[in-house]
Amino acid sequence: MTAALVPARYAVQLSGPVDMDGWREAARRLVLNGIPPHDIDWQVDGVGDLLSADRPLPPLPQNASVLSVPRAFPERAATVACHSDHDRYAFLYRILWRLASEPKLLEIASDPDVVRLGRMEKSVRRDCHKMRAFVRFVQVGEGFDERFVAWFEPEHFIVERNAPFFVRRFTGMRWTILTPKGSADWDGENLSIGPAASRADAPGEDAQNELWRTYFASIFNPARLKVKAMQAEMPKKYWRNLPEASLIPDLIKGAEKSAREMIDRIPTTPAPHHAKVQERYWTKAEETAVADGEAATLAELGRQAEGCRRCPLWREATQTVFGEGPDDARIVFVGEQPGDQEDLAGKPFVGPAGRLFDQILEEAGVDRRITYVTNAVKHFKFEPRGKRRIHAKPNAGEVKACNWWLGNELRLIGPDVAVALGATAAQALLGRAVAVTKERGRTLEREDGLKVFVTVHPSYLLRLPDAATKTAERGRFLDDMRKVKGLMGA
Amino acid sequence: MPAIPLREKLSILADAAKYDASCASSGAAGRHSLKSKGIGSTEGSGICHSYAPDGRCISLLKILLTNFCIYDCAYCINRSSSNVRRARFAIDEVVQLTLDFYKRNYIEGLFLSSGVIRSPDETMGEMVEIARRLRVDHGFQGYIHLKTIPEAAAELIEQAGIHADRLSINVELPTDEGVEQLAPQKRPAGIRRQMAGLRSKIEENAEPTLQTRRKKRFAPGGQSTQMIVGADATNDADILGTSARLYGSYRLRRVYYSAFSPIPDASAALPAMKPPLMREHRLYQADWLMRFYGFDRAEIVAGRPDGMLDLAIDPKLSWALDNRGLFPLDVNRASREMLLRVPGFGTRTVDRILQSRRHRSLRLEDVGRICPAIAKVRPFIVAEGWSPGASLDGEKLRGQLAPRPAQLDLFAA
Repeated sequence: MTAALVPARYAVQLSGPVDMDGWREAARRLVLNGIPPHDIDWQVDGVGDLLSADRPLPPLPQNASVLSVPRAFPERAATVACHSDHDRYAFLYRILWRLASEPKLLEIASDPDVVRLGRMEKSVRRDCHKMRAFVRFVQVGEGFDERFVAWFEPEHFIVERNAPFFVRRFTGMRWTILTPKGSADWDGENLSIGPAASRADAPGEDAQNELWRTYFASIFNPARLKVKAMQAEMPKKYWRNLPEASLIPDLIKGAEKSAREMIDRIPTTPAPHHAKVQERYWTKAEETAVADGEAATLAELGRQAEGCRRCPLWREATQTVFGEGPDDARIVFVGEQPGDQEDLAGKPFVGPAGRLFDQILEEAGVDRRITYVTNAVKHFKFEPRGKRRIHAKPNAGEVKACNWWLGNELRLIGPDVAVALGATAAQALLGRAVAVTKERGRTLEREDGLKVFVTVHPSYLLRLPDAATKTAERGRFLDDMRKVKGLMGA
Repeated sequence: MPAIPLREKLSILADAAKYDASCASSGAAGRHSLKSKGIGSTEGSGICHSYAPDGRCISLLKILLTNFCIYDCAYCINRSSSNVRRARFAIDEVVQLTLDFYKRNYIEGLFLSSGVIRSPDETMGEMVEIARRLRVDHGFQGYIHLKTIPEAAAELIEQAGIHADRLSINVELPTDEGVEQLAPQKRPAGIRRQMAGLRSKIEENAEPTLQTRRKKRFAPGGQSTQMIVGADATNDADILGTSARLYGSYRLRRVYYSAFSPIPDASAALPAMKPPLMREHRLYQADWLMRFYGFDRAEIVAGRPDGMLDLAIDPKLSWALDNRGLFPLDVNRASREMLLRVPGFGTRTVDRILQSRRHRSLRLEDVGRICPAIAKVRPFIVAEGWSPGASLDGEKLRGQLAPRPAQLDLFAA
């Protein structure tokens, strides 16, 4: 760019490889005076076009309009200023120049200049990241004199930009990072940025390196050799400053053999202590297995239900959500199935619908100590949708399979009334399809004499979209609960 | 038993930990040492401090507290019947090793797991104590990932969550039947309950409390799990089904797939073979499609009669070739959802296309500057002055887009 036949009209001498302030000040004056990119030679450390004129920069024009740039530009430019490309300041000026007439330029990802800007930025960011990853500190001195020194070779001028990261991370240490592109020192209180250093200024091996190499060799799995994947992320240029890298060639060479040995080796007899361990820890476990006979108590029934596989729903759910309440309860409320929260907690009616249900029962004056809550189906049925689970309705087969548990719960409790909350519960209790809207509020008597009261499921109240209907329906449900209360002991 | 030197312990207990694929040090809340004047920081995305020749990153000091174990899981190097050499770290040895490694910038922090000795609570208790000493006694602000021990007491899990950035528990195998067969002493139901409990705790603590209006700290990096691929006969469709269930049910940050790897002193119950690395890679790609590209599990495996992902081409390309009727898509008009389905387009590329096309109509060469994989993309898109014509319908398209077999050999199982 600078090797034009016609000498540039202006030369800007920047104070160092990374001089954003100097560039910003000069660029502002130049762009507001309408000086095009090819008329400027940007010089870093005296490196520039010897032919360029030594003409002073023009002053800011009178009534200069404010130079406005997209909000993202200053930060992006500051990143690119760290790049080792000699042309970076001229390139940034060209972007600035274009922004004056194309204010949306940076949003056009397909523009060659924007592509180049992105690439340079990415390269600097990657270099910063690799420095954070691959700096290796060597301890010098002990106790009060303890310090840590590292030698690193970055691709770009990133030491100053990256130093605050090391301050945040290693505040409690005194450390120095030496590089051929500048150095940084932290004495526990202050950060100072210093000149370039050479390898000879840095200490040699750290005593811990041996342990670190042991770890590196042991964590490697020779059966999964993927050398290219390693080198993509840890290019060879970094290896000479990584204490563990000296092991890599031998690990690669021996991998095939180690892996083959693992595969070919004939399985040996169990270790000597194995039989003792098995006897001591695992024989008792089998004795506590639950008997599968007819349960005599609710608690026993609940334990049996934990391992239920009467239908396939156990596969997807976390756990069986059994009923809850005293074994002499006078009302048994039956819902459809546990929801997301119930599935996690292992308890029925603890989710949003359950909380609403509790409130309404309290308003109706129903004593929770004489109620038992359970579900027609005891595992949560759902469809996974990203980070959520969408409730799915249990089918007739699942309801039927699970009826074994509900029947036993009712047998052991013997309540005055069972309340079917919603169609699935009504079907489970009455053994037939029930249209809740038609039969709501009715008390039906089963063949075995159990009274069944039919109403909606409380989750129905939560799904109603408008407030007026919601209030009305809530009132109706409250009335239902009052009726249920009246059925007790009748 | 004579004391084992530290270096040998490290060798044994790192070797014992390497079959766990998880290494991420991401997702932690931002932390630094400026106030504590100690050491350690986490800034969201993790850092990989080295790479082993197996291509895996080394971010954390990944070790077991001990490889003594009362469980006898067939796939595990540490199962009680294995003749592997055993060792056990003292609590302070782990603390000191973590600090020494961290100060030299070898690592982002500690990933501690353990064989189960005597009882789950005793083992978990020691692990929690290590995390506590690092955090409280040494003011360590680096990353801590604790593996939780199945069946450990809720109070210990609670303590673990206070000190750790991430917690995990492995489901081990994609199906409960697989666990019953290969790890008969493990109880899948207990593992699920523990993941459920963790999700509840994490969500509960993510809400600001009424008194302080501050969030309490509990595993800010969330929870993850791992399943072993290839040790049992489960196909990819079922594995992805399990993942979808785990993500949905327990809000996991990650499900790790670990190609079943041969181990020294293997059990006769398992196949002796090289790890199915390409299969593992395809599962990760499919997992990404489900989480970031709006694909449903059923779509990904729909075209695969045996339920196994195509090893020769990636699952998105495989889906696109089966659904050519939806293509070509006009890059200047198609929705974000649809552009994400174009083979070769990543999320960043799609966002850049959406932004750029507001200002100009994109030509093929414009797309080429935004997207590095233009050769793969070309048959599936329409751009200003470009239409793929009949090439999309050609029989040979798959062959043209599949990577060359020679390249495949590098990863082939």
